[in-house]
Formats: sequence, structure tokens, C-alpha cells
Amino acid sequence: MTILTIFRRELKSYFAQPTAYAIIAIFVLLSLGFGFTFGDFMNVGDASLQFSFFFWHPWLYMLLAPAIAMKLWSDEQRNGTIELLGTFPVSTWAAIVGKFLAAAAVSLIALVLTFPIVITVNYLGEPDNGAIIAGYIGSFLVCCTFIAITMLVSACTRDQVVCLIVSVAICTLMVLCGYDPVTRELAKATSLGTVEAIVAFSVWDHFTSLNRGLLRLQDAVWFTGFISLCLVGTSTILSAKRA
Amino acid sequence: MIEVLNLSKHFGSKIAVNDLSFTVQKGEVLGFLGPNGAGKSTTMRMVTGFIPPSSGEAKICGISITNNPTEAKKKIGYLPESAPLYNDMTVVGFLKFCAEIRKLSGSAKKDAVERAIETCFLGSVANQSIDTLSKGYRHRTCLAQALLHDPEVLILDEPTDGLDPNQKYEVRQLIKRLGETKAILFSTHILEEVEASCTRAIIVDSGRVVEDGTPAELIAKAPHGSLTELFRKVTTSDTTA
Repeated sequence: MTILTIFRRELKSYFAQPTAYAIIAIFVLLSLGFGFTFGDFMNVGDASLQFSFFFWHPWLYMLLAPAIAMKLWSDEQRNGTIELLGTFPVSTWAAIVGKFLAAAAVSLIALVLTFPIVITVNYLGEPDNGAIIAGYIGSFLVCCTFIAITMLVSACTRDQVVCLIVSVAICTLMVLCGYDPVTRELAKATSLGTVEAIVAFSVWDHFTSLNRGLLRLQDAVWFTGFISLCLVGTSTILSAKRA
Repeated sequence: MIEVLNLSKHFGSKIAVNDLSFTVQKGEVLGFLGPNGAGKSTTMRMVTGFIPPSSGEAKICGISITNNPTEAKKKIGYLPESAPLYNDMTVVGFLKFCAEIRKLSGSAKKDAVERAIETCFLGSVANQSIDTLSKGYRHRTCLAQALLHDPEVLILDEPTDGLDPNQKYEVRQLIKRLGETKAILFSTHILEEVEASCTRAIIVDSGRVVEDGTPAELIAKAPHGSLTELFRKVTTSDTTA
């Protein structure tokens, strides 16, 4: 109930300012644009969205997810509204979950608006729509992971710009460290064990398996575990800051 | 209604509040005086459950704010020092949100918001965006938020700060009127306010209570019958190191 109240306020706040519109428009234009141009969607001759479309999502999210979530706690701390929230009969958890869901909802709207490519691929060929749905789920989970990380960072600082820079850096690392060309170079420089440890931190492995239409338990555990960890961390930081 | 028992707060080695105890009964308006940095806001933040005390306890209507924060917070209306607000909302939108957080819905919510708007004279700006409001209106919007759920306990941190003389007068009258049925703790460093609206006042300095009494008692103790003289005598100025 209180989660819902917080969720509604946050979501309204996104659409009361240009933030959400800008982020959604950029995501839809770039993801479709990349799909039809660099992704070579039309010429591959393959009725699948894995490489032409979904491949670009982590790269877009590493910049856009922090832009969505950077205000979640830094704004509260800067404006002092955290003092209102902290003295309302609301648990910190309800506030954290409500805010997280609102940011996730913005990204979900953006993702849903990329539907023209699904229609196109169904019109042109006979794609495996199950795999496309799995791809969408994977893409959404990557975005949620990045939102959770940004939320954690935003609890640490009252400055949105600092939050944006730090979160983008972390998300970029999480994208790059599992990207094949990078891992190949890493493998030359260090031992296999180190490379595996670094790759475990990356989103690619879990994202690609979903993208292929595989719903693996380990991926579900990785995403929910990572997101939960960030939310628990946010709660810890917020309590520690008040003490 | 408000019971503060041996409350202390340390920030590192700095002691902000030192073994503070006082109570506020229903029908009482307690003025909380002291120089800047005396620990007034820190005390209020502990009593409202925003920050945990280092030691000691605060009880609201017999409910411990540390052990049962959610229940205790339902009894409190709180106006923080800077009157923080969500700038992207309208006055009505903000008050509705606060009412929902306080679990008011339907006609109860509508009535509560209308009453708060009326009490705090916000009718003319009700549908205006909060970031376009002047300081006085911002302050009163935040005060309206504290009154929404008709709480038994009101904690107001410098409620007249930044208001013009007319608004100050209105707010003091409001505090006085509300004080008849509630327990009110409000901080200020405007001494005339104590005489105007308090039934009792305490003066704190460096986190300790240094004077406690009704305005008349305090004036009787004062060197030349002026509260300012008493205030200057019992508190340390931050210019004397």
C-alpha cells in the first residue's frame, strides 16, 4: 500500500519533468536505429533479433539507466525531503522498493515502445517469438540491474552529477568486462581463473543466454541476487547516514 | 504525550545532545529555545525518529520511537527546519500524497487536505507548482502536511522562520489554538514568540537544559525582567571560544 503510494509519486515525478520523455525517446530511437543500421537487421536475412537488436541494449542501458535512477535518493538528500520520508510512518524498505519499481517502470515503457521491430520481424519472416520474449526479459533485467546499482550510488551522494558519473563508470565496466573482444585481450594478459572471475561480474553471459531463448535458473539467481544486494546496500547506507 | 528520557547524541567525539530530559503534556505548548548549534534540531530529529539516539529514549503517547517507530510516527506531525517539499508537485498533489502515506483515503483524504489548506491559508496557491511558491507559502505548505492527519503530537522546528510579520502572527495564533488539544514542541530563537504562544519554555545550551519554566517564571528570573537578558546570561555565545 505504501509501496504503491511511493511508486505512484515517483512515476508522476518522472513524467512531470522532461527526464522520462527524453530517456524513453532516446532509447527507442537509438535501439531501433542501431537495429536497422549497424545491426544490419534487413540484410542478415535472419528472423531473429538477438544480434541486430538486443545486442545494443546493454550499451544503451549503461548510459541511460543511471540517467533514470540518479535522482532517486540524491534528490531527496539535496532537498531535505528525506527528512519528511524518514518521519512518515513508512519503512525504508517500502520507499526503496517503491522508488526502484518506478524507475523500472520507466525503462519498461521504453522497452515496450520498441514493438515496431517485433512487428517488422514477424511481417518479414517467421521468428521464434518465444526467444524474442526471452530477449526482452533479459534486456529488462539488465536495465533493472543497472538501475539498482545507480540507486545504491545515489544513496551515497546528494549530488546527481557525481552519482551519474560513478554509476555510468560501474555499469560500463560491467558491460565491457564480459564483452568478447575485451575478454580475449584479458585472457592474453592474465590467467584463466582471473578472467573467469572478472567475467562473472559481467551482464553478458546471463543476458546472451536469455537472448538465445534459454531460461536458466542460474541467470534468474544472478539477476535477482545482484538487484537484491544493491537494494539491501541502499538500505544499509541510508541507515548508516542517519546514525 | 511527549516524554524525552536522558536523550543523548554524539557525532564522533562531538556531543550534540547531552542527557536531555523533558515532557510535554496534552494542552501544553513547549517552547524550545537555545542558540544555534545548541542541539534543538538534533533533539527534534531524534524525537521524530529520523535519527536514532546514541542513548536514552523518546516516547510519543507512551510508544517508544526506537522500538516501535511506525506506530509512534503515526501520532506525530513534524515540520522540519528547512520546510522541505517535493518541488515537482502541486500543493494539492503534495498534500494528497502525504495524506495517502498517512493511510487516509476517499472522503477522509479529501476532507483532510481541504481542512489543511484552509487552516494554513493555502487556497490561493492550491493548484500551483511548489517550485513557484514564495518562502512563506512553502513553509505553510510543509506545516499543512504536519496537520493533515490531526496528530496528537506536533513537533515544529522553527515554524515562523522566514515568514513576514503578518504570517508570523497567524502561525503563532495557530500554534496557540492547536495547543489546546495537542502536545506541541516548537523551537525558535525569537524570544517574543515564547510569551506569545508558549505555556512553558526550556532553554538548552550545548545539549543540556539550562532553564525550564513558564514564560512568567522565566521573566521573573531574568536580570531586568527581559527574556533576552536571561537568554544571554544562561547560554554561551559562539563567539566566545
